[in-house]
Amino acid sequence: MAKVNLRKVVKKYGALQVVHGIDLEIDDNEFVVLVGPSGCGKSTTLRMIAGLEAISDGEISIGERVVNDLPPRNRNISMVFQNYALYPHMTVRENLGFSLKIAKRPQEEIDRAVEAAAQILSLSEYMDRKPGALSGGQRQRVAMGRAIVRHPDVFLFDEPLSNLDAKLRTQMRTEIKKLHQKVKSTIVYVTHDQVEAMTLADRIVIMRDGHIEQVGTPLEVFETPANTFVATFIGSPPMNLLAGRVADGEIAIEGGPQIAVPDPFSGKVVNGQEVILGFRSDNLMPAGHAMPMEGGFTEFDMKVDLSEPLGTETLLFGSLAGKEVQAKMLNPRPVSDGEELRFQLDLTRCHLFDANSQQSLR
Amino acid sequence: MSRFRPPPWFVLLLPAIIILSAVVLIPLLLSLYSSFTPYRLTRPETLYKWIGTYNYEKAIESAHFWAAFGRTILLLTIALNLEMLMGLGLALLVNKVTYGQRTLRTVMMFPMMFSPILVGFQFKFIFNDNVGLVNNALQSLGLSNVAIPWLVDGQLAFFSILVAEMWSSTSVFAILILAGLFAVPRDPIEAAKVDGCTPWQSFRHITLPYIMPFIYIALAIRSLDVARAYDIVQIMTNGGPARRTELLWTLIGRTGYVDAKMGYANAMGYISIFLAIFFTIYFFRKLNAARSELGMAG
Repeated sequence: MAKVNLRKVVKKYGALQVVHGIDLEIDDNEFVVLVGPSGCGKSTTLRMIAGLEAISDGEISIGERVVNDLPPRNRNISMVFQNYALYPHMTVRENLGFSLKIAKRPQEEIDRAVEAAAQILSLSEYMDRKPGALSGGQRQRVAMGRAIVRHPDVFLFDEPLSNLDAKLRTQMRTEIKKLHQKVKSTIVYVTHDQVEAMTLADRIVIMRDGHIEQVGTPLEVFETPANTFVATFIGSPPMNLLAGRVADGEIAIEGGPQIAVPDPFSGKVVNGQEVILGFRSDNLMPAGHAMPMEGGFTEFDMKVDLSEPLGTETLLFGSLAGKEVQAKMLNPRPVSDGEELRFQLDLTRCHLFDANSQQSLR
Repeated sequence: MSRFRPPPWFVLLLPAIIILSAVVLIPLLLSLYSSFTPYRLTRPETLYKWIGTYNYEKAIESAHFWAAFGRTILLLTIALNLEMLMGLGLALLVNKVTYGQRTLRTVMMFPMMFSPILVGFQFKFIFNDNVGLVNNALQSLGLSNVAIPWLVDGQLAFFSILVAEMWSSTSVFAILILAGLFAVPRDPIEAAKVDGCTPWQSFRHITLPYIMPFIYIALAIRSLDVARAYDIVQIMTNGGPARRTELLWTLIGRTGYVDAKMGYANAMGYISIFLAIFFTIYFFRKLNAARSELGMAG
């Protein structure tokens, strides 16, 4: 149970710098997810918190202690690895109790802690098996159990679910969430899967190329993305982005419709400014198959190239200004390819980014 | 007319059967038979005289034989343990090297490239009491002012042989253990670090179980090697002085070829074989246990 603070943390491998001075404050009992595409430095950051990688510059503290030069064993952390990293020559019971045995705790205490962890993760039947005789999901649970018996200050998860199949992944995701509720503690969790990030996190940290792009609650990063990268990375399908130019309170999409500058952005743009208009498929719907538009909206025609019926809704693929655009149709009816439909765009939920900096103009 | 037609499996196996008989089976049976005769190389007719288990009784009652037997076990135990520890240390060090490791690995194997006979000659020179390097160095450094009789004193000679043996074969352990270290996955080691292990503890509890199978393979190979040790000892001391470094196979070799008592030599050889068989079975048992420990047993 402790805060984790990263101040200007830098990681270099020789001349190659992979983490560029990131700042991050993680609160007590907070569940923070580091998310980003592969190579963005999220795992490196986690491993620096763990002490498995030395930091090149900056400062990391856990609780009130600066841990820059402490080896992992003195940081009072637990880590769950992507490939479980169980000790193959020990039974589940020994795996769970290993850290306490190393710490020379009395045997009764070890037994009690192991039993409790096994209970929480329903591992009691497998206690005398070796990892080789367990399924992937069971191994993952043992790895988590090994982490919780220590009562660490901070739990670190390094893509723990990426080796599991889709169904098991959803199930384990729920278990991790429950685990966090039962075992109140600070968790730093790394994943490349934005769904995992959205469902688990108290706060999401989106990283790219060794920089933090945005930190916020799942809803914040979804509803007010700080830049085009976050806008396309969070949410599925990704946000539609169209380049345009501001002219007299309207955005002229090159080769597409004129769209009024959405309310939240009026006064923040100047005439002639190059901008990028962003909107999610949930906010572009064919007239008559849309949510009632309460604020301002605009209408234009678009040809549907392809449709993907999903049952309760249908995904429509069209193109505007030469770019593919995705829209949604509620209460769907069959749509034939090439059909021209009238679409309504909810302006209150549009985003505007500067074309040069790619940053939100909000 | 019905001709005898051997079954196809027999015909197909015949070449192998002929070769194995000629190379292995017949010599083996012949030597076993000769161990029950007073066969002497100089008097061929003695091969046809059956004397029952006389040679075996003679060997079992012979103090020389048991002394050589015991000395072989002693050499085997000391040499194997020391070579294992040094090989392990060497492998751990080389495993840490990041630059030039391939070169170092090749250099490490140099001792294995020399014929044991040459190693014997080399160490015979190094430990020579008059012109040898060791005495020369000790005297030049002022650590000793007498010529230490390395190859003349029984215990020192045994020590000298041990050094030569270790010099030539520690790399067997080092190479095999290094291969084991390469195969140790990184994750459990990191997990152990996070779990609170000191470097020594993660070695003891995680790395060592992983490399145990490799250590047992090396021990099995080397136990056979040392149990039949002959060349280095033959060159360095010829079993002397006064049989004080006599090992099983220098004794057997001398009995068979110098004294020409081939029947008696064969009898001692058959008793000695059990030593090799015992160690092989023992280390393979250990190997399998270590492998099943890791969940690798098939």
